[in-house]
Amino acid sequence: MEEVAFFAGAIGALGGAIAVIGLRNPFYSVLALIVHLISLAGLFLILYAEFIAAAQIVVYAGAVMVLYLFVTAYVGGVEESIWEPIPGQRFLAPVLVVALFIEISIAVIGTGLKAIESHGPTLPGDFGSPGSIGELLLERFLVVFEAASMLLLIAAVGAIVLAGRRKRDSDEPEVAA
Amino acid sequence: MDIAWYLVLSALLFAVGAGGVLIRRSPLVILLCLELMLNAGNLALVAFARSAGNEEGQVFALVVMVVAACEVVIGLGLIVAMFRRRLALDVDAMRELKG
Repeated sequence: MEEVAFFAGAIGALGGAIAVIGLRNPFYSVLALIVHLISLAGLFLILYAEFIAAAQIVVYAGAVMVLYLFVTAYVGGVEESIWEPIPGQRFLAPVLVVALFIEISIAVIGTGLKAIESHGPTLPGDFGSPGSIGELLLERFLVVFEAASMLLLIAAVGAIVLAGRRKRDSDEPEVAA
Repeated sequence: MDIAWYLVLSALLFAVGAGGVLIRRSPLVILLCLELMLNAGNLALVAFARSAGNEEGQVFALVVMVVAACEVVIGLGLIVAMFRRRLALDVDAMRELKG
């Protein structure tokens, strides 16, 4: 049963990932990424990470992807040809990708960590539940939690500074107010 | 399922994301490929958390999500700014730094 769920999730995640880089219209790429994220949430559930899976769907596949869709619709779906115009890169990129995959796989399979060749230990019932993750965040990782909130605040301010309308730039289309 | 399966899947997803960054030219799609790579890292973190029987890896994955959200916000802000200035949305065309 677990195998079926794993392979379903893996095929969804991999298919979504390949569709992201394979589709020419960025709008469809964003939709493919949503498929990828939801499949990954399924894999997280198999790994007993229920809170991460919920956050993945609510925050990622929900909020962040809606932001992407809005911006894609705003700038307009610019179709581009798949193939690189730079001649060297066209051949180097796939070679590099395959080399990267082989390298990481050799590192994973050849590792001395014996634990990765098993199911993993039997876990307590509340493993990965919102309660235990929250407890960990607010006790052991409180500094990390606060740093994350500061980072989000700075990113929000930065986005306003970057994308905000400047009155002085005369070359920008100004909405009559 | 052995944890190694998840790690190999995560390596494959990371490689696909890296390939997208190398091949595609639209900054929007490059951001999406960065998301793919971050999510591959997340999958590995959650798999290691399962294998160690320890939830700290899941907290790491949450932090990676926060960083990804920040990266998306800044990246999309840059794309909107590029669009406003009527620059081509093509990273090959944006090859010089100019204030």
